[in-house]
Amino acid sequence: MEQPEQNPVATTSLPKPAALQESKPVSDTPGVAVFDTKNLSIYYGAFRAVTDVSLTVHENEITAFIGPSGCGKTTVLRTLNRMNDLIPTARVDGDVHYRGASLYAKDVSPIAVRRRIGMVFQKPNPFPKSIYDNVAYGPRINGERNKGRLNEIVERSLRQAALWDEVKDRLKHSGLGLSGGQAQRLCIARTLAVEPDVVLMDEPASALDPIATGRIEDLMHEIKSRYTIVIVTHNMQQATRVSDRTAFFSVLVDSKSDTRTGTLVEYGRTEQIFQDPHDSRTQAYVTGRVG
Amino acid sequence: MAIVAEPQQPDLREPAGWRRTSNRIATWLMVLAFVLVIIPLGFVLFTVIAKGVSIISWSFLTSGPIPPIVLPASVGGLGPAVLGTIEITALATVLAVPLGILGAVYLNEYGGKGPLARLIGFMADVMTGVPSIIMGLFIFAIWVLHFGYSGLAGALALGCLMLPVVIRSTDEMLKLVPDPLREASYALGATKARVTVTVVLPAAIGGIVSGALLAVARAAGETAPLIFTILGGTSVANTNVFKGANTALPLQIFSNATQPYTGAQARAWGAALALIAIAFILMIAARLVTARFTRYSR
Repeated sequence: MEQPEQNPVATTSLPKPAALQESKPVSDTPGVAVFDTKNLSIYYGAFRAVTDVSLTVHENEITAFIGPSGCGKTTVLRTLNRMNDLIPTARVDGDVHYRGASLYAKDVSPIAVRRRIGMVFQKPNPFPKSIYDNVAYGPRINGERNKGRLNEIVERSLRQAALWDEVKDRLKHSGLGLSGGQAQRLCIARTLAVEPDVVLMDEPASALDPIATGRIEDLMHEIKSRYTIVIVTHNMQQATRVSDRTAFFSVLVDSKSDTRTGTLVEYGRTEQIFQDPHDSRTQAYVTGRVG
Repeated sequence: MAIVAEPQQPDLREPAGWRRTSNRIATWLMVLAFVLVIIPLGFVLFTVIAKGVSIISWSFLTSGPIPPIVLPASVGGLGPAVLGTIEITALATVLAVPLGILGAVYLNEYGGKGPLARLIGFMADVMTGVPSIIMGLFIFAIWVLHFGYSGLAGALALGCLMLPVVIRSTDEMLKLVPDPLREASYALGATKARVTVTVVLPAAIGGIVSGALLAVARAAGETAPLIFTILGGTSVANTNVFKGANTALPLQIFSNATQPYTGAQARAWGAALALIAIAFILMIAARLVTARFTRYSR
């Protein structure tokens, strides 16, 4: 939406290796805040799954959520485009602002939210349709009927997802016939086709081998100049490779009621989180002593 | 085990004793069950074809009027009954299948665990258990007594029989559609209706069509509900499905097979074969339609 119309990424060759840590253009005066959460808590029924999350996600950066299993990373991610609305018992407490607008205000439509804030899931989930129809799905539900424009969108999105060269001769084949890594890139292309403002990624590479993972990471670097990306990952090396900022989540265990609640422990620039963590829990986690 | 000089080769043969025996018994029991299922089916098919094929001809299937039972097999045909069966079953399908699919979509996609969804699910189960003759009586009481016999009344009775079957089979198919597909669609900004129409139904269409056609084939062979609703006594073709008594193949099987005359019995076998052929054609059509719709599913 706010994204100015840009030319498709011209490169058709493999993306260059991931940018290295020192080459990251993260300044201490960050860009526009895309997401702003304050004292965010998320409940499933009476169970409080996540508590007290306050963080700011900046434009054109890659923000990583790391932490042990059950710490609420995915839950927080899914509140950012209101996917948690699909779970009937889920309830959100606190503020979530997207570019200044409250995401959970009464008159906000989750449909409109999700058109701007796309999501890539842990397991590649292409539709049982052709490769072409998978990518064209989003533009079509947004009302695009013009064949020429759809062709353009499909080619541009597949090029952005670094999949075009592999599938350009079989666009009419089923999306389910692709390998795991290709299927995940197809899902990324499908998300990019609606030109979202933000791409949320929920462990997008956890089901993939290292080579496919590398391609997804390269791809994230390629597209981050145009999109804001939030990625949940179990893999700390991945967080250091791709992200500008990192949020470390952990689990609070209430031994009396035996409930486990996730919370945000520390949030900062990725180098700081991994090299100079301020919280002892973060330090224990990133150095591999726990988790 | 004692120390051995040479490493023993591992024993990779199938384990002997009770494990092997029980495995073989189970395998043979399953083969036996399969054969027991196939025998009556094969026997029915063989008998119907053997006794019915001699009378089947194009004119038998299309010409009328239906001759009186005392006349020999060479006279006339069952055209009116074939036409009636097609008319009534098609109308019942048009009435019941869309309604059943919509009901199942409500149950699975919209109703959730709400009271209305549970009521519909429960009523569908109850309806499945209602004997077909009761369904015929029901339509007789609420429709035929006011508007008279007609193909439409028969279609209503058959539709009532098909409806719960379509609801339940469609419901099962929709449950099999993986949630990640729905989520992928929602994440692109689709509304619930869009998700249902463009992702859920296409993903389940193969099973939905199969289930619906099974229901159609079952309904096409129903006799009892038609007795009360289309009367069945006519011997001439009734092209108006909305008015007047009609006839159908199952009714002709019933009325001809119970007679001592060889001509009538031959016509009954012919009608039986025609009915089986219709079911067979529907099944093949279902396979073709399903293959067309699911060409991307693997």
